[in-house]
Formats: sequence, structure tokens, C-alpha cells
Amino acid sequence: MSDAGKDENFVRSQIDTLRLQANWIRLSAMTMTHRARLGHTGGDLSASDILSVLYLGGILNIDPARPQWPARDRFILSKGHCSAAFYSVLARRGFFPEAQLRTHMEPLSMLNGHPDRNKLPGVEANTGPLGHGLPIAVGAALAARMRGESWRAFVLTGDGELQEGSNWEAAMTAQHYNLDNLVVIVDRNRIQQGDFTENTLRMEPLADRWRSFGFAVVEIDGHDHAALLEQFNNLPAEPGKPTCIIAHTIKGKGVSFAENKPAWHHGVPTREQLDAAQKELGVEVTW
Amino acid sequence: MSNATTVPAETAAQPKLYDCRIAYAQALEEMAAGDARVCAVINDSLSSANLKNFKAHYPERFVNVGIAEQNMVGVGCGLANGGMVPYVCGAACFLTGRATEQVKVDLGYSKSNVRLCGMSPGMAYGQLGPTHHSIEDQAWMRVIPNLTVIVPCDPIETAAVMHYSLHHVGPMFLRIARMPVPQLLDPGYKFQLGKAVVMREGNDVTIATNGVLVWRALEAADKLAARGIQARVLNMSSVKPLDTEAILDAARTTRGIVTAEEGLAAGGLGGAIAEVLALHHPAPMRILGLPDVFAPTGNIEFLLNHFRLNADGMEAAALELVK
Repeated sequence: MSDAGKDENFVRSQIDTLRLQANWIRLSAMTMTHRARLGHTGGDLSASDILSVLYLGGILNIDPARPQWPARDRFILSKGHCSAAFYSVLARRGFFPEAQLRTHMEPLSMLNGHPDRNKLPGVEANTGPLGHGLPIAVGAALAARMRGESWRAFVLTGDGELQEGSNWEAAMTAQHYNLDNLVVIVDRNRIQQGDFTENTLRMEPLADRWRSFGFAVVEIDGHDHAALLEQFNNLPAEPGKPTCIIAHTIKGKGVSFAENKPAWHHGVPTREQLDAAQKELGVEVTW
Repeated sequence: MSNATTVPAETAAQPKLYDCRIAYAQALEEMAAGDARVCAVINDSLSSANLKNFKAHYPERFVNVGIAEQNMVGVGCGLANGGMVPYVCGAACFLTGRATEQVKVDLGYSKSNVRLCGMSPGMAYGQLGPTHHSIEDQAWMRVIPNLTVIVPCDPIETAAVMHYSLHHVGPMFLRIARMPVPQLLDPGYKFQLGKAVVMREGNDVTIATNGVLVWRALEAADKLAARGIQARVLNMSSVKPLDTEAILDAARTTRGIVTAEEGLAAGGLGGAIAEVLALHHPAPMRILGLPDVFAPTGNIEFLLNHFRLNADGMEAAALELVK
């Protein structure tokens, strides 16, 4: 077998692993939501592949043993309501024991409904109200530049979230300062709390909007691990420009009864639905 | 509480007056020279925040986000996350009003090491009107958990607070006056967080105030002294944390407390002091400030007089308490 063939096999097995990890994040998040009887299943599931590639695919330069390491990459979950998926990937990456996921939303838990950086290692920003993550990421990217350091700022936003004007204020700053160490990932699942985004407040032409704000824009399938890996390994998309990756996703991805249904924005699975989800996802959660 | 050595009263009718923005900007430049983490973020407020020199000397540590206050505070949070010590400077009315949620979440809840410098607070913008007045900021900011709120009274205290702030852990809101005031404190003054500054000793009545009104409170104390009434003047520059001991001591040892603030009478310094008294030592009070109204048209001098936020108003309120 040629070296190229070996590499190909390695990549294929890495992608198979990431796919399983993403499904584990999905089932873990749904289990947390089921237990808490509260959560945001649809967005957890749309973002799980992105989170698995960033955290478990070797993209983010982070060290769970040193969560405050100054030169770490910053990842900010702007769509803070998808904390169940986020906590699951942080635990999987080793920031805290998976058993701690059992405390999600319990009284006095460190795992609040929205992440709190003062309670949990690996959390960079307290998010929940929408439109906060991108300005914070812009500030972090500016800090790296001021310090002459090479770390990067990643922010994952929802798509409905982009209706908040603060995002576009921050986008202008990112453009003005040519922040090519900033990566915005839009979880473009096309559904917000009440309805489809395009019925609520049209987001299209979303890519053109980001382009016109000075970003290098890439549109990819947000469930294609190979495509995500390749893109994240080729940043910035254009030198001198901030990157915007519009990840086209399916809200509720991986669990057929939840897919593409606005009601699953904050739908809570029953025991039976959780069992059905486990069968479809083909993984097991043991925490 | 700490005792301040106050500068002897000027013999001239009009003392030399200072814009505290100059002291703040000089302090910021001094701090930037000694600490590479110090940076500034503005919202097109280069002149109003008096940072032209800072920009000239430290262009790589100067960020202008344009007219975008929500973004400005979020950027400050991110800079702090990245290890910088950002001073986020803009007109107090827009900084606190437009970005309240960012101040709450990105700074207070997150415990970010960001310093908000609210420029030209109160009614400093005078005739520009209530849109540009910041009469709510002490009330809004002081109720946000983890956020320290400081209202310095003169250029000496402004510089002292700035230097203190460099090593403070957690977010701060600093109210930086534009309205000229005389130098009231000794150049050797050291700011102590959570400590009222006794500007004038007295055991008949207390006037507790901060910012540009401290000067006027000292004038009120002079007028009261001429009547044989010794007024204690407390400079409550530290609105949060509040010096509850100084307040309770004033309640126990004087016949009442007059509070005065350049802003709404509800919810601010007077409200904070009233909470302490109501819970621990009820005492007669007068709370001077804007009485649930927006200001009419007028320059700052006119408006302070209009709302009796002057020596006469404080004297009259004190007389009610001692009669």
C-alpha cells in the first residue's frame, strides 16, 4: 500500500471516529435534555458535527490540563442555548469528567442551562442572550494581535441569531482590522425558535451579506466531517480577511423525528423518543 | 472610611477648575507605558474620551469600533479574555444605556477584567438634552452583581482611581466628569475601594455625595458652618462597594444624612444609602437628585441650580434635618 493510501485510510478512520463521536454528543445532549426536561435539542443536534470536528478532530489548539493556557485558541459558543452539546464535547475532550454531565441543570450544578466560564473549565464566555459571541471573539482576535501571538478566535453562531444587530457591528470591526485570525461558523439550520428563519426574517442572501461585510465566505455541508476538517485545516480562507463558514445543517440532524421541525428547537425527548434516537444514532451513553 | 487632607480653600472667588478627562487620559497613558496589557476601546469618541495622545503613542493598543456600543463592550470582554486590560471609553449615556445587557452578561456575570469609563456623565452635555444626559447610570450600574462603581470627585481622585483600576480584579464602571471642578484632594491621596472619604469633619449633619457635587457639598458645609452647624461631608466615590460603616457612623453620630447626586434621585447613591439605613439604622434622610423627570433645556450650571443640586439646595436640606 502506498503512503497516500495509508493517509487515506487514516483520514477515513478519523472521519468514521468523528462521526461516532458526533453521534455520541447528540445522544448525550438528548439524554441531558430528557433528564432536565429542558433544553434545545434541535440546535444541539445541528451543531454536533461541527463541535466534534473542532474539539475532537485536532482543530482547536487547546489543552484540557491547562484550560487557561494563554496561547490557546478561543472557541466561543455564541448560541449558548446549545449547552448540552457543548458540555458533552467539553467532557469528551477531557475538560471535566463525563459523569458531571449528570448534573446538568440540577440545583447548584456547574452545568447551567447556558454556559458559565467561571464554573466550568473550557468555557470562554458566558453566553445565552444572542449576538454576544461575535463581539467577544473579535475582542479576543484583537488581543492575539496586540500580544503578537498566533492563536485564533472561533465563534459558533446560530442563524436566527444573526438578526441581532450587534453581530453586524462586530463584523464591521473584524473587517476594519483585517482579523484573519477570526473564524465565524454559522450553524445554518434554517430554523429559529418560532418558525423557519425565512418565514420569520429573511436571512438570505446570507453569504452575500457576509461577503459584503468583508469576510471570506465558505459554504459547506455542516454534517460532512471530511469537508469540515479540510476547511478548518485551511484557515484563514483568504489571507488578511476574517473567515465566515456557513455550515448548512439540518436542525435535529440524525434523529429522524426531530429533523427540520421548528417544534424541536426546544423539544424535550420522552424516554421512548430517547430510545428511538439511540437506535438511529448507533451509540451508547454510559455516564 | 478614610480621612483626606483637603487642599486649603482658595482665597480667590473662583478656584482653578479642571476637566477630569485630562487626568484620566494622562493616567491611562502612564499605565500603558508601564504595562503592555493596557489598551483602549472607543466608539468614535476620540475627542470626548480625550484619547488623541493615547492613540498617537499606542496605536497598536487602540481600537475604535465606530458607533457601536454593544460591540464595544463585547470587544472589551474578548480583549480581557485574551489577557489585555481594556479601558472601554465612551459617553456614559450611550455606554451604559445602549450596552446594558453586554455590561450585565459580558462583564458583570462573566467577571471580566474590563474598565468602563463613562465620559461626561450626569447632565454634563447640558443643552444637548436628556438623550445625552446620563442620569440613570449610577442606578443601572450599581445593581449589576460583580460590577464595581466609582464616581471620583476631582482630577486627583480620577487619576488615583485609574491607577488603582489597573490591578483591580473584576469589572469596573468609572464615571469620568467633564464638568470642571477644582482640585479638592491632596496630590498624595490614595484611593481605597469601598471607603468613604471624609472631606469635612462634623457631627451635626452629614452630606454624602460624589463626583462633581462634592465641591458643592463643601460649599454647603461652609454655609452651614456660618450658621454654627457642623456638617460632615462624605465623598462616596465608591458607590459599590459602599462604605456601610461610614454611613452607619453618620446615622449614629449626626442628625441625618443628605445625599446628592448628579442624576435621578431614585436608585442611585441616595438609594444605596437608604437601603443601608432602612435595614440597619433608620435615620432621617433627604435624597437630592432629579425627581423622576428628564431635565429641561439648559446648560449644566443652569440645570444643577434648577434641580437645587447646589450648595443652597444641600444647605436647605441639611437645615430641615437639624431643625
